[in-house]
Amino acid sequence: MAKTIGGITTSHIPAVGNAINNNLQQEPYWKRFFDGYGPAHAWIKDNPPDIVIVVYNDHGLNFFLDKVPTFALGCADNYYNADEGWGLPPIPPFRGDAQFSWHLAESLIAQEFDICTCQEMKVDHGFVNPIRILFGDSDNYPFECIPLAVNTVQHPVPSAKRCLALGRALGKAIESYGEDKRILILGTGGMSHQLQGERAGIIDVDFDLECMDQIATNPEWMTQFSNDEIMRIAGTEGIETIMWLVMRGALKDNVNVVHKHYHAPISNTGAGLLVLDNQ
Amino acid sequence: MAWNKHDYDKIPGTYVFDGKRAHSAYNLNKLLYSFNEDANRKEFDTDPAAYCDKFGVIGDQKTMILTNDFLGMLSAGANIYFMAKMAIPRGVSVQDAGAAMQGITTEEFINNLLEKGRDIDKKVAQREGYWNG
Repeated sequence: MAKTIGGITTSHIPAVGNAINNNLQQEPYWKRFFDGYGPAHAWIKDNPPDIVIVVYNDHGLNFFLDKVPTFALGCADNYYNADEGWGLPPIPPFRGDAQFSWHLAESLIAQEFDICTCQEMKVDHGFVNPIRILFGDSDNYPFECIPLAVNTVQHPVPSAKRCLALGRALGKAIESYGEDKRILILGTGGMSHQLQGERAGIIDVDFDLECMDQIATNPEWMTQFSNDEIMRIAGTEGIETIMWLVMRGALKDNVNVVHKHYHAPISNTGAGLLVLDNQ
Repeated sequence: MAWNKHDYDKIPGTYVFDGKRAHSAYNLNKLLYSFNEDANRKEFDTDPAAYCDKFGVIGDQKTMILTNDFLGMLSAGANIYFMAKMAIPRGVSVQDAGAAMQGITTEEFINNLLEKGRDIDKKVAQREGYWNG
């Protein structure tokens, strides 16, 4: 049987990809942010996954505004990164596991999460940067990847409550897969930030830290907030933090919190890393 | 017929990208999205006005495209991520745009961000279990 071995949250912003490309990890601006990933790398080394599910939002690479699925699951054998128009060079494709994806799709829809299935799905920096920062660069990662895209770009976007419920359904879907597979789930994006308007530049360190502590131990806490309230406190793009709840919902209520790391600012954002062991 | 009102409309200095904006700037965003493809970027550079016509971007929005008026595009309903596909290759970062919207320099904008992270060491030390260098 498949089992969810753990969940990790991480920033996915483009600047992280640029920093890796330009080898800036030990520059003063970046050092504290990247150094805090050491314990995550150590945990991954001891707990290698067979499959990594990446919960992220597309920023206008795969999805244009003609069709905006609220939840979209990759169901392909391969996923391709591509030119996003502004300079990050594309990296080699990621291997998928179509059989596992279709199992997830069948189980989720049976549990009344009517997700969109995608047999072609370009993956942008939101998917790519979490893999790169946690696993390093490779043209042949020792695991398969499954993209799970959440619309956080065009409102209405799903609520924190709905994301947590999707995660719980995802956890059940994983556990009902017949093959022995070790699944790691990445909840990406966030934390507080606002890119547009006169209010651009918001970072709320106290709110971010409270979100990290609560999502680790008591994720229901986050469901008290409407999306309007989250955007008011944490900025319009801070809404991305709801994607962490998809990861968290798939884990047990009581998980072992292996590692917590927060840094701000990274570009315009607060950046939070949680490593949660579900074993 | 009227657009729904939302609580988020009252957040100051904030333009939530919703159906109203996505609808009113659909062609503009479609043009910006097309810049994912290098061939499209080259076609635009050859004749920007004709490229706007091809996408049905007209009037003020066309003028904004032709004059690199990124703030104008954002207020007209361009999505920030789509706008970045045109702005960043032209030397205008998302931080430049944020600074301009506040009427401050990019350096001031970046300093304000740094200020917000100034005491994170102390703040994480007050909580349990955080890595702190």
